[in-house]
Amino acid sequence: MRRIGVTVNGTRHDAEVEPRQLLVYFLREQLGLTGTPVGCDTSSCGACTVLLDGESVKSCTLLAVQADGGEISTIEGLATDGQLHPVQQAFHESHALQCGYCTPGMVMATVGLLEEHPHPSEEEIRRLLEGNLCRCTGYVNIVKAVKTAAAV
Amino acid sequence: MAVTEERVGTYIGRAVKRKEDARLLTGQTRWVENLSVQGTVWMAVVRSPFAHARINSVDAGRAREAEGVLAVFSGADLREEWAAGLPCAWPCTSDIRTPDHWPLASDKARFAGDGVAVVIAESRALAKDAAELVDVDYEPLPAVTDVEQAAAEGAPLVHDEFEDNGCYTWTLAAGEVDRLFSEAAVTVEERYRQQRLIPNAIEPRGVLAEPSPASGELTLYSATQIPHILRTTLSMVTGIPEAKLRVVAPDVGGGFGSKLNVYAEEALAIVLARRLGRPVKWIEERSENYLATIHGRDVVQEIELAATEEGKITAVRVRLLAAMGAYLQLVTPGIPILGAYLYSGAYDLQGYDFECRGVFTHTTPTDAYRGAGRPEATYAIERAVDALARKVGKDPAEIRRLNFISEFPATIASGLEIDSGDFHGALDKALELVGYDELRREQEERRSGRSQKQLGIGLSTYVEMCGLAPSRVLNALKYVAGGWDAAEVRCLPTGSVQVIIGTSPHGQGHATTFAQIVADRLGIDLDAVEVVHGDTMVAPLGMDTYGSRSLAVGGVALWHATEKILEKTKAIAAHQLEVSPDDLELDGGRFTVRGTDRSLSVSEAALQAWTGHNLPDGMEPGLEATYVYDPPNFSWPGGAHVCVVEVDRETGMVELRRYVAVDEVGKVVNPLVVDGQVHGGIAQGIGQALFEEAVYDEDGNLVTGSMLNYLVPSAAELIDFETDRVEAPSPTNPMGVKGVGETGTIASTPAVINAVVDALAPDGVTDVPLPAKPENVWRALQEAKGGAR
Repeated sequence: MRRIGVTVNGTRHDAEVEPRQLLVYFLREQLGLTGTPVGCDTSSCGACTVLLDGESVKSCTLLAVQADGGEISTIEGLATDGQLHPVQQAFHESHALQCGYCTPGMVMATVGLLEEHPHPSEEEIRRLLEGNLCRCTGYVNIVKAVKTAAAV
Repeated sequence: MAVTEERVGTYIGRAVKRKEDARLLTGQTRWVENLSVQGTVWMAVVRSPFAHARINSVDAGRAREAEGVLAVFSGADLREEWAAGLPCAWPCTSDIRTPDHWPLASDKARFAGDGVAVVIAESRALAKDAAELVDVDYEPLPAVTDVEQAAAEGAPLVHDEFEDNGCYTWTLAAGEVDRLFSEAAVTVEERYRQQRLIPNAIEPRGVLAEPSPASGELTLYSATQIPHILRTTLSMVTGIPEAKLRVVAPDVGGGFGSKLNVYAEEALAIVLARRLGRPVKWIEERSENYLATIHGRDVVQEIELAATEEGKITAVRVRLLAAMGAYLQLVTPGIPILGAYLYSGAYDLQGYDFECRGVFTHTTPTDAYRGAGRPEATYAIERAVDALARKVGKDPAEIRRLNFISEFPATIASGLEIDSGDFHGALDKALELVGYDELRREQEERRSGRSQKQLGIGLSTYVEMCGLAPSRVLNALKYVAGGWDAAEVRCLPTGSVQVIIGTSPHGQGHATTFAQIVADRLGIDLDAVEVVHGDTMVAPLGMDTYGSRSLAVGGVALWHATEKILEKTKAIAAHQLEVSPDDLELDGGRFTVRGTDRSLSVSEAALQAWTGHNLPDGMEPGLEATYVYDPPNFSWPGGAHVCVVEVDRETGMVELRRYVAVDEVGKVVNPLVVDGQVHGGIAQGIGQALFEEAVYDEDGNLVTGSMLNYLVPSAAELIDFETDRVEAPSPTNPMGVKGVGETGTIASTPAVINAVVDALAPDGVTDVPLPAKPENVWRALQEAKGGAR
């Protein structure tokens, strides 16, 4: 077991983890943050995307020990004071989610995307979200939501 | 965090934002994986690495001694647990061969991924570790994964008890087909191969079985589309009385048909929870999903058209070879039958001759994948109609107009009745939206300039049958259950309304659209309506969600239930206001005595019905109503899709340029939700057209075994889809609604391939194998030029 310290959604956590523990299972099973789902085993689908030190990462691809000392944001921490984050709000307005399983990853990836590219073109949005798969929406309304959020 | 800003008024037809979004957007979700029960142990399945192998022995010794392991069972160890094998509910012919299908194989493994043993341990990781220690002695045997090879004489047998790999032959014939073909001025013969597809719901499957040993009750949480069908079938498989079995579909992350099944892992979790007295959990990994969850399509199609000189089609003849896979899952044999009536498309013709042969293969079983039989039918007829257009020298739009059914109701060649449609209107609108004439001009310029990138324009004008289904028709088709659905409306004394539905959504937005129906009819606030679903304990009646049936069957049931609420409210109002019911008029959920301001609303009646203080003599207290609706006909959506592509003649690369969909889906309850369904369907159909393909190697290994080498399209591969509608309300139900969940997938694949072939027509290309990946396009070009193959 290894001891790590991480800040998740503003709260500091010190924990013992198995060296092979993936970050996503640390979040889900040790911290009880089940908002981040797992959709594949090859880092392909992006459902598990979270922000680590402000950058979007696939939490199934990192070991928990690699996040030691880092600041992590997950879907649970995005809304503040009962107000949806502008990206969440834009997803709602644009009907950019159906089953909702890819949504936490898609929303976190969008937050990361807009940090780096505040005014992306449609082509950039499509290219930058390439690592996040959705099987329900055909991405039409996801792209619309990202544009809407960028305009806020 | 209230997310519905729509407050009052008429809700049906409005783009109401979804009630379910807030939870899904903030991570407050109840996927099966998120559920935890004290004392849960984990299950891991040991799967055959061979497509076909004799199981000589299963040595669980080392696994049993591993850390945290409670138990290990082979297929033979569990044989006594089963009251029945896994069910096939659609034995579509009287002489169909239905092999035994136990949740674990014990004599032979029949596909790569077939479960042969199961491990129970204290954690997910320990179960997985121990599964690798189970030592199975396999004797590999020859395997056959290709449907044509499997159908050939002398092929390795999937099931030794049958003399060949044939499962069934199903036929349908109407009209004088032979005469129509012999008299035809023009005939077209085409052959297509529907590749094997992997559904890829983004949430893999998962189960949690929670036993109550003293009472014998058991609750199964499953990522399923069909909690009600599961309760009935799993009761038969496990012997647990149906009344003691509760099935819950909590939040479910997509299905597309892949969760419309009764799976081995559901049965295993139940019997192991019963045997060990502990809650048992299993969460599928993605690569495991590619082996253990059903696949779609995998059909070889031969289609012939007979036509007049000008291209008026008179008859169609179809021969299919459909891969069943190694076993018959819930509706495996019936999938081609769902398409069997539609190979005449949206066209008026007289002769129909259809035959499908189901064939066993050493592969993961096939079953329903979005569209289920109807994308295959639409693909074949839409491609063949384009081939006919080329042969008689007509524009693809012109030949379609020449052949469209234009009067409704219409009895189609295969014998069913289309209740309403507007094929001409949809095509005209689609061509106008896409700017068809201008595109044809641009195409001509590129052709005459011998451009490297050629422009292709592809049409697909479809009709499909969904809204499954009239129970009597299902009986005639040898499906063993009914096609009705149920809804219950409970008007609570304090004004809010609980709606309990028998359909089980997994992304379709029922919490919103079904609430719209009730709020609209009862004249109450949308936020006062809560829709409950997916739990056999609270919603005892239902047939679940698949086949674009939820609105067209379940929604109509709900409409009727609200009518019963209104009738009872009216009776209470007449009694309390001391007038004849005829003196009352209904407006916005309130009955008013004509010409006065004396009135009673539904909400007020709910309180009155609850107290029971002043009801008409003999009236039952309470304001609630249930309705079970059995649709008298299928639902018949149709429409016209146009795809515009650029094809690089050097590299074979296909680039999507435009995609226009004009659908006729009856009355629309929520246009936002309908557009979303169409978008997603188109994306999956384009996935089949250009990207997706499950491939087995000669030994029967699934080469495309993970998301790394099976291309689920991302946003980068796709474009914006332009959607619009024409409306021909269904006269079959009082709401005028039709199904919409599968239309996009049904229409889009042929639109894309027709566009690719159209682009390369000057090079002599008449077909490109699915999927039209650069290699396949390039090879088709070389072949047409007479070069290397």
